[in-house]
Amino acid sequence: MSATAAIEINALEKTYASGLKALDRVSFTVEQGEFFALLGPNGAGKSTLINTLAGLVRPSAGDAKVYGHSVQRDWRAARRALGVVPQELVFDPFFTVREVLALQAGYFGLKASRAWQDEVLEELGLSDKSETRMRGLSGGMKRRVLIAQALMHKPPVVVLDEPTAGVDVELRQLLWRFAKRLHNDGHTIVLTTHYLEEAESLCDRVAILDKGQLKTLQTTESLLNSHPWRDIEMQLLSFPSQLPASLQKLYVEQAGEWHRWRLHRDEHSVADLLEALKQQGAELKDIRTREPNLEDVFLQLVGRDDS
Amino acid sequence: MTANKQFNTAGFATLFEKEVRRFMRVATQTVVTPMVTTLLYLLVFVQVLEGRYSPAVDFSYAEFLVPGLVMMAVIQNAFANSSSSLLQAKMNGSITFMLIAPLSALEILLAFTLAAVLRGALVGVGVWGVASLLTDWHLVEPLWSLAFLMLTGAALGLLGVIAAIIAEKFDHMSAFQNFVILPLTFLSGVFWSVSSLPEFWQPISALNPLLYMIDGFRYGMIGVSDFDPARSAGFAALFVALLFGQTWWLLHRGWRLRG
Ligand SMILES: Nc1ncnc2c1ncn2[C@@H]1O[C@H](COP(=O)(O)OP(=O)(O)OP(=O)(O)O)[C@@H](O)[C@H]1O
Ligand SMILES: [Mg+2]
Repeated sequence: MSATAAIEINALEKTYASGLKALDRVSFTVEQGEFFALLGPNGAGKSTLINTLAGLVRPSAGDAKVYGHSVQRDWRAARRALGVVPQELVFDPFFTVREVLALQAGYFGLKASRAWQDEVLEELGLSDKSETRMRGLSGGMKRRVLIAQALMHKPPVVVLDEPTAGVDVELRQLLWRFAKRLHNDGHTIVLTTHYLEEAESLCDRVAILDKGQLKTLQTTESLLNSHPWRDIEMQLLSFPSQLPASLQKLYVEQAGEWHRWRLHRDEHSVADLLEALKQQGAELKDIRTREPNLEDVFLQLVGRDDS
Repeated sequence: MTANKQFNTAGFATLFEKEVRRFMRVATQTVVTPMVTTLLYLLVFVQVLEGRYSPAVDFSYAEFLVPGLVMMAVIQNAFANSSSSLLQAKMNGSITFMLIAPLSALEILLAFTLAAVLRGALVGVGVWGVASLLTDWHLVEPLWSLAFLMLTGAALGLLGVIAAIIAEKFDHMSAFQNFVILPLTFLSGVFWSVSSLPEFWQPISALNPLLYMIDGFRYGMIGVSDFDPARSAGFAALFVALLFGQTWWLLHRGWRLRG
């Protein structure tokens, strides 16, 4: 038998009291040691799924396991294996950063380890804030404390629900470095984010959720490769006054002298496009191509525009 | 799974300690102020009623009143402790940290209830100590007094937890306080003996569990009561057990706390 999965989600359903179906028979598995992205538009059900793992939301049907422990039947062990950084910036204003960390370790039945606290605070750039009360911290600092709290019981699986929402560039980079370090240390990381370039550069595999359903689950690479469109941008000194319909179809937009075309990998060739333009009397100065990124794939899969 | 049944002692202790630290950190507001307020009641009521009304023969009105005031302090502060702590955690979202931890409904409930008992007891004993400087003090049956003090603190701590689970905003909580806790307190024999109430109120009062708690506590202090203290203790214990069961069930199901 292969090693226990870090997370195993099995036909998970959640219908809220309002009648809204936030998760619709979702199943997938995250292996140990993966860096996994959970993507989807607002309201897709990402937080609902994460909160189900954390015990904050009770599933309506199906089950989820963390390190082989059912979040329903074997909830204590499941929660011990999981560190969750919630999406909302929640905090207890009365306590200092260090107190908050000690409390979190205590809830998990552990003695607060000052050395571990110091290490995490240092990594997150919070060393000088350890004695500050939570209400005296900026939003970005509170976000970092949330991450530190989730790590106090040293969980093997860490789930970050939009850790970079509303965070400045510098802090975002610090958080990614930190996430990478955790991953290198052997943690399984699951991440939600709306910054797709980050998911693209960090994550081995990507799941896309939409309207409570799993749209796709692939390695980041195969997901990008599966995207059939390539964008070609051309700098043209003169632009033909009329384009044949076959070219017009491929035309996307213009920015200054640059014109963008979108070609289908299997159906169109760059050579044909160049030839056609030449025949129309266009004068080419420069050309560049843009590889599809996760954003293109994402929009193609869950794009709301029906054009 | 057996691992779920194993009591998370350290987790419970942490939560209990946090609940205690929460009120001790602002002890002036949570312990001293309620003591002063209660003593004002003593001064005012005694001023007005001393010599004119005494429900217990051989005792002055002040001596009768002090146990009632101690209990009133226990009632209000035990309730305030659990209700405000849990509701605040719910409103600011920090309840998340408790809910994602491997803490069972039993561990959570015990921590909140015992912290409420402790706060109630601290204020109650404080009131009693200061009142004793102003009037003769009695402690006939300390164990009875202690038992009723604990039962009352537990009952109100549990009611506070229920109220915080139900409430969706602070308005709901003050409504609960004004329309449930306050009437129960005033119709429970803090200030007078139920036997001296108008006849209409007597059967209504008799349904009030706080009545038996205060009466029993007063028995422990001055040795005089309207009801048999053992039966009162039985009622009080039953009431606490029912509340505990009910609240445990709500927490266990995650009602209004887990989506
Ligand atoms: N407690 C709740 N009660 C009722 N409906 C809810 C509740 N929480 C979430 N929902 C609904 O469930 C759906 C999924 O919400 P969820 O928060 O899981 O989405 P998400 O993918 O995390 O979105 P976002 O990217 O905006 O964080 C939404 O339509 C939301 O309105
Ligand atoms: Mg979300």
